[in-house]
Amino acid sequence: MKLGNWLALFVALVLAAEIARLLRQRAAQHGRWRRLFRHRTTSWGIGILAFLVIIALAAPLVAPFPPGDQLGIVDLKNHPPSWTFILGTDVLSRDVWSRIAWGARVSLGIGALGALVAVSLGTLVGASAGYYRRWVDALLMRGVDVGLALPRIFILLMMVALWDRLPFAALVLAIGLTSWFGTSRLVRAEVLSLRERDFVVAARALGAETGRVIFRHVLPNAATPIIVSAALGVGNVLLLEASLSFLGIGVAPPDPSWGSIIADGASTIYTAPWTILFPGLAISLVVMSLNAVADGLRQALDPREEMA
Amino acid sequence: MMAWLVRRLVASLAIIFAVVTFVFILIHVAPGEPCAQIDVDVDPIVCDQLTRQFGFDKPLHVQYWRYLVALAHGNFGYSFSLHRPVRDALAGTIPFTLQLAGAALLLDLLLGLALGIYQAGRVNRLPDVILGNTTLFVYSLPTFWLALILLLVFAEQLRWFPVGGPNDPILCPVVDSLYCVADRLWHLVLPATTLGLVGAAGTARFQRAAMLDVANQDYVRTARAKGAPERRVVLRHQLRNALLSFITRFGLAFPFLLTGAVLIETIYAWPGMGRLAFNAILTRDYTLVTATALIASTVVVFGNLLADILMGVADPRLRVRAGADVEVVTA
Repeated sequence: MKLGNWLALFVALVLAAEIARLLRQRAAQHGRWRRLFRHRTTSWGIGILAFLVIIALAAPLVAPFPPGDQLGIVDLKNHPPSWTFILGTDVLSRDVWSRIAWGARVSLGIGALGALVAVSLGTLVGASAGYYRRWVDALLMRGVDVGLALPRIFILLMMVALWDRLPFAALVLAIGLTSWFGTSRLVRAEVLSLRERDFVVAARALGAETGRVIFRHVLPNAATPIIVSAALGVGNVLLLEASLSFLGIGVAPPDPSWGSIIADGASTIYTAPWTILFPGLAISLVVMSLNAVADGLRQALDPREEMA
Repeated sequence: MMAWLVRRLVASLAIIFAVVTFVFILIHVAPGEPCAQIDVDVDPIVCDQLTRQFGFDKPLHVQYWRYLVALAHGNFGYSFSLHRPVRDALAGTIPFTLQLAGAALLLDLLLGLALGIYQAGRVNRLPDVILGNTTLFVYSLPTFWLALILLLVFAEQLRWFPVGGPNDPILCPVVDSLYCVADRLWHLVLPATTLGLVGAAGTARFQRAAMLDVANQDYVRTARAKGAPERRVVLRHQLRNALLSFITRFGLAFPFLLTGAVLIETIYAWPGMGRLAFNAILTRDYTLVTATALIASTVVVFGNLLADILMGVADPRLRVRAGADVEVVTA
């Protein structure tokens, strides 16, 4: 680590803390959002997420070495953490901290993109099923039943076996397309009750088109389950990607993802435990933060909580 | 109840049928010729002959029908990487996965239930806050990472437990004595704990929320008002109703356990179905992968069915509604 990297890291930390503090301050002025920060875990969650997103964006600044560089295959492999290599080096003498920083782009990227695919699709299917009811509902929800019965990892293993290695975009799609079933059930339940409410009936009576009714009147009011399942979805997708990469069938080798860094270190855990310890902590922290934020959002946005 | 049960059973079979169809389609849209399965260069004439022999030259609907008939006979095809029928390979590994998943499920549900009840009784007090943050953290751990950490600490550093495998290869190649049963359990501790702990953290959070949901209900207040002892209020009035969410959680546990099995079995060299599926990927043995995917789906479907049946047993309202086929207003 050079001085510039330490400086960048420090700036990232301060920035993340500031973001969490500012959000908290803004929220304090709005009754509904104040509840979001009722538990301290939510602030911590937002802070940690902000920090890791900044690290991902500023990877070239905070990482001292390129992620794939083998720094000295003879004397620098499995080097324990030191001032130069703050998280040590792996069996191929690559700097673990640099790989984690660059891997944040891949891991968080797949998490966000996969969840985006999953939540969009889930919302669309759930809204159609709940709004049109009858045969559309029956057909779509039976499809969801089948989807929920598929153990995702086996289906993804099967796709990998059949197609050899999946390219990045295909991997995101495959994960997204197998992760939307839960969301669609939640959205459907919400839409089913919303469609009977007076403001929706009024919109229909005024002659609004179906698409307009769904997107302008129904869905904005179903935001709670959608936002919450998006937050949980990013964590789930990230975990799934990490599992696949750990098995060696996720992101293709030269690009580091947190899962594949652990996979690279798995053979040397006894001699160089730092190669698996830190990327695993990164995954756990992100997923934990997302779960904490999702909890806070649920409490802040759920109207039933107002009475409690 | 009976009519409802039959309907659920038919629905479950329909889902499995749909999964089989989906899998069949997936195999046939995938690139690659049947002969590419064999590593060595094959004479085109031999290849033609093999293609005919396995029926890959027939129209798709004929192949689909043959596939269904074969599956209905329990014939999953032949594994070219193991040189034995897939059915035999599965029969050898499924007991191991059942032992692992069973032990993990037991830990998951019992520990989760106990923690959930304990926390709900002390809501927002110190023990609840500490346990709440702990379960949030454990629940977010990647199972494969926890497996590696436990392996490092308890097998390598402390040497309390073996590093992997289902039993001692010298003293207990087969489980035929009480000592060997103990040996198997000893080998089971780390893999089952890994899966069970992460599951239990989720179950505890779920159960705590369910207990608190019920805590504000009128009948709980009534029970307190008429002077029922706290223990009875919690266990008879609150828990009895919160058990419905617990059963839902039980149904949801199966996909988690199966996913975990692939990772955990690979790390701990546990010779179960998950490891079989993963090794099948490495050798591109897609008949084997497909078979494990089908078995796993079937387990998930029947796990849900079991949860539904338990739900019917636990919730009399559901029995009435389902039997008479009329909507009972419960709210």
